[in-house]
Formats: sequence, C-alpha cells, structure tokens
Amino acid sequence: MSARKPSAVSGITLIVKRELGQYATTWIGYVIMAALLLVCGLLYNAFALGSSPKYSADVLSDYFFFTSGCTIVVGLLLSMRLVAEERDRGTLPLLATSYLSDGQLVVAKFLSAFSALSVWLVFTLYMPAMIFINGKVSVGHIFAGYLGLLLLGAVSVSIGLFGSSLVKSQFAAFVIGAVITVVFLLLWMTSRVVDGALGDFISYLALHDKHFRPFMDGTVTTSAVVFYLSLTFFFLTLSRNALEGRRWRP
Amino acid sequence: MIRTDSLTKFYGRRCAVKDLTVSIAEHEIVGFLGLNGAGKTTTLRMLAGLLAPSSGRIEINGRDVAADSAEHRWQIGFLPERPPLYDDMTVRGFLDFAARLRGYDDAAVDRRVDEVTELCALGEYKDEVIANLSHGYRQRVGIGQAVIHEPALVILDEPISGLDPVQIVEMRSLIRNLKERHTVLLSSHNLPEIGQTCDRLLVIQGGELVMTGSEADLAVGEGGRFRVEVSGSKADVDAAFEKITKGGLLDEVRVEGEGPFHCVVRIKQGEPEELSRALVEAGLGLRRMQPAAAELESLFMKLTKGGEA
Repeated sequence: MSARKPSAVSGITLIVKRELGQYATTWIGYVIMAALLLVCGLLYNAFALGSSPKYSADVLSDYFFFTSGCTIVVGLLLSMRLVAEERDRGTLPLLATSYLSDGQLVVAKFLSAFSALSVWLVFTLYMPAMIFINGKVSVGHIFAGYLGLLLLGAVSVSIGLFGSSLVKSQFAAFVIGAVITVVFLLLWMTSRVVDGALGDFISYLALHDKHFRPFMDGTVTTSAVVFYLSLTFFFLTLSRNALEGRRWRP
Repeated sequence: MIRTDSLTKFYGRRCAVKDLTVSIAEHEIVGFLGLNGAGKTTTLRMLAGLLAPSSGRIEINGRDVAADSAEHRWQIGFLPERPPLYDDMTVRGFLDFAARLRGYDDAAVDRRVDEVTELCALGEYKDEVIANLSHGYRQRVGIGQAVIHEPALVILDEPISGLDPVQIVEMRSLIRNLKERHTVLLSSHNLPEIGQTCDRLLVIQGGELVMTGSEADLAVGEGGRFRVEVSGSKADVDAAFEKITKGGLLDEVRVEGEGPFHCVVRIKQGEPEELSRALVEAGLGLRRMQPAAAELESLFMKLTKGGEA
C-alpha cells in the first residue's frame, strides 16, 4: 500500500476546507449570516443604542447582550447540518472509513462551523467600532466581549453538533440543539427555586447568566473561560460518543 | 486472508447474522448472495468496520480488526448500496478529496486519481459534476473512492443493482479488473447478476450461511442442469451423449437445434469438468457450457426460502 499515514491535522484541515467551501458556495450559509446580521443590527439600533442617553460603555454592554443571543442562534444554525446532512446524503461512510478517528471527525466538523461563526462575528465588528469611534470605550472591553461571544459560540456550535450527530434531519437537529440550549439558558431561573448547594450548582451551569455578564462588562474571568471550554468539550465528547454509537445501530 | 469466526449481530432481540464463519482468499472475487433482509448488508458493514459485531471475530491477514481498527481502515475499501458521493463536486475533485482523506499527499494524489479514473473508465467525465452523472457512472465513482487507497479488500454492496444491461456488462468487467490488485467481496440478491462475476458465491439466508461454492458447484451440488453448446454431426452428438450417459455421468439429456446443438443435461455424479473432457474426447466441439439459468433460479429459491425447487 503506497498511501502514507498523514497527521490528523492535515485530515482535519481537509474536512474544514470542504465544509467552509460548502458554506461559501450554497445560499443557505449566506442567508443565515445575512438574516442574523440584520437581526443583530436591528437589536443594536433599537435596544443597545436606544432613545435615551447612555454611557457608551453601557451601550457596548447592551450590544454584547443582544449579540450573544444572535451568536447562539447562528451557532445552532451553522452546526445543524454538520453530521445530519452527511447521514441524510449517505456520505457518512466516506468519512467513517477515512483514517480519522470519530473524535477527529467531530473536531473537524466543530472547527468548520466555529470558523464560519467567527467570520460572522467579524461582520458584526462595525457596531462596536461605531461605539469606539463616537464614544468612549476601551479596546479591552471590546476584546473581552468578543472573547465571550466566541466562547459562547463555541458552546452553541458544540450543542448543535451533538444534535446533528443524533439524527438525519437538519430540522430535528436544530430543534434538539435549541431545546438543550434553552434548558441551559433557563437554569438560572431554576436555581432561584432550589436552595443550598444544589441551587448553587444549577446556577453555575446556567449558560448565560453569571458567566457571560463579566464579558459584557469588559472583564475576562478564568472561571467563565473554563466553564465555556468545559461545556464545549462535554458536548464534543457526547457528539463523538453519538458517532461511535452508530456502530451499534442498524 | 480474510476470515470471520462465528460472526454474530443482534439488533435488539433480532438476530441479523448468526455464527457466520467464512474464509476468503487473496485476489478472490466472492459474491454474497441472499434475499433482501438476509443479512448481507449487515455482514458487509461489519467487515467494513462500520458496525460492531455482537460477538465473533474478523481477521484480515491474521490480525484481529477489533484490536487495530485504525489499521483496519487502511485495509478496506467500501462502497455502500448508496454511493457516498458529494453531488456538488466534480468527479476529479471528489476522487482528489477521497485520496487525501485516505492519506495521500500532494505528490501522490494526482497520480492516484489518474490511475483510478482510468481503471473506472471515468476519463470522459472527470470534469463533470457528480450530480449530473447517470446511476452507472455514480457507481463507478463510488468504486473509485473505494479503491483509491489501494486497499487489500474491496467491499461492494449491491454494485450491480439498478444498472441497465449494458452497464451490468461494463460493471462486471470493472469488478473483474479489480481482482488484479484487490480481493473483492460483493453482494446481490440477484444470482444471474453476480454468478458470472464471482469466483465463489456465499449464499446467506436468515443471517446464516446456507451454501458456498462457484455457480457451477452450487448447481452440481443440487443435481443441477447445464446448458451445453456443441458442434458436430447429429449422429456423433447422439452417440457421444449416449456413451456418457451409460458411463453414469449424466442421467438426463435433451438435444435441441441442428448444429450447433443446444443441449440441456443433468450431471448425475461427478464434476462439470468431467463432462467437458468427455465431450471433447468424443470428438465434439465444445462451444459453451454453463449452469442452466432456470435451474440456478430455482436452486436459489430453494436455498434462500428452504422450499422445493
């Protein structure tokens, strides 16, 4: 056999390129990005800027608040197709018989959607840039906010990927991802009716409440970074297990 | 070279494959024959590493694939019943992607893609978008991706299904060409489709192996009939068959036509080779000998349904 065994990195890069090409050459990727950019801009204009006078730092914090919601939706929409579409088109065996392990396939799929989401976030930069030019905010505040958005986006992509790895239908994958995300978003409400350590634990698991607010205000906390990275890792592991699990199903 | 030992697969409480023990030699073309739901695809998916067996072992070149699944992927090329193709890619772009996905570097990709394009007779369509290809050419691209990394074993699930007669002939030729460099295992529920392509058939029913052998072996094993085409005078033909029948090799002879003579015979005992030798020794020109199609169909029905032929 003359085929050599290459590094996992080159295989992952190959799949990421292919996936990014898919986003770039199909209308659905552009529609998702354009629609969410429009929504994001409208929210920025209507709520972050608002009609009453505000400090520019508050405007920026509100901008990050609304953009975080859009980022989650973009993450779920970009990731819903990752595995479900392969399964639906019957192309999963092509990837499953490559030299990449299931874990490496999951990483490749994750990185492709996360890269697309990062591109989307680049297109939102004009809004904080306007605040930066016309107001008084620090670059650090903008940096912290975007780091938070990237981390939150990573979680939503990993949740969407998990949903996608379970089913053949992209719509069903989106619904699964959305339900999981909503549950994690609403945990802060649950924590209010649960006392003691369990309440604290549930509050800690809430996706947005405690962990994203520091980023909104321009602060990067280690605990929030660790939380988001851990949650991303957790759902990527579940995705890998779901892919491995197909070996036990018809 | 490839060996399964008591391979078993359960889906819940339903047993899809039961105690399947087979051996396949290097460069052999073996056909998995069975009705829909007989367990062919489940077996092929287990061999391809896409499905975990409930119990049993699969060995390739003496190595247990469960112990080294990564190495296993290098040894296997798999074409599922529905070819795993990206419709938006060109044939060349897709084979390039598949080659890189199987570990070829920049220097080797072009060479290998050219080789596979030629092997699968895809040269004319190499710049065509896959979505625009006919079913037959999609199957060829599917085979191309299965052999692109030069695997030891190529597994083809129903590669002939849905093809028109011309495409079937071309596909048979392509599969026979694979034999030079690969061991080939293919499945079908249609005996005439693969009988002429394979060196050996494995007949599976209800997840169990019910018979193994060549098309002729299967027919003989069941006292099958053969269609023989011979040339010679009518008297010589009649005399030759009378002698062979008296010798105990045949117990039924029906001669039709007026030169060349089309005869349907039934081998009572012995091998088809003995019949061909006897015919030649009798001075007849042996033009063709093959299992009678109707006989094979009834045999297949008997094997797979357990009923009378």
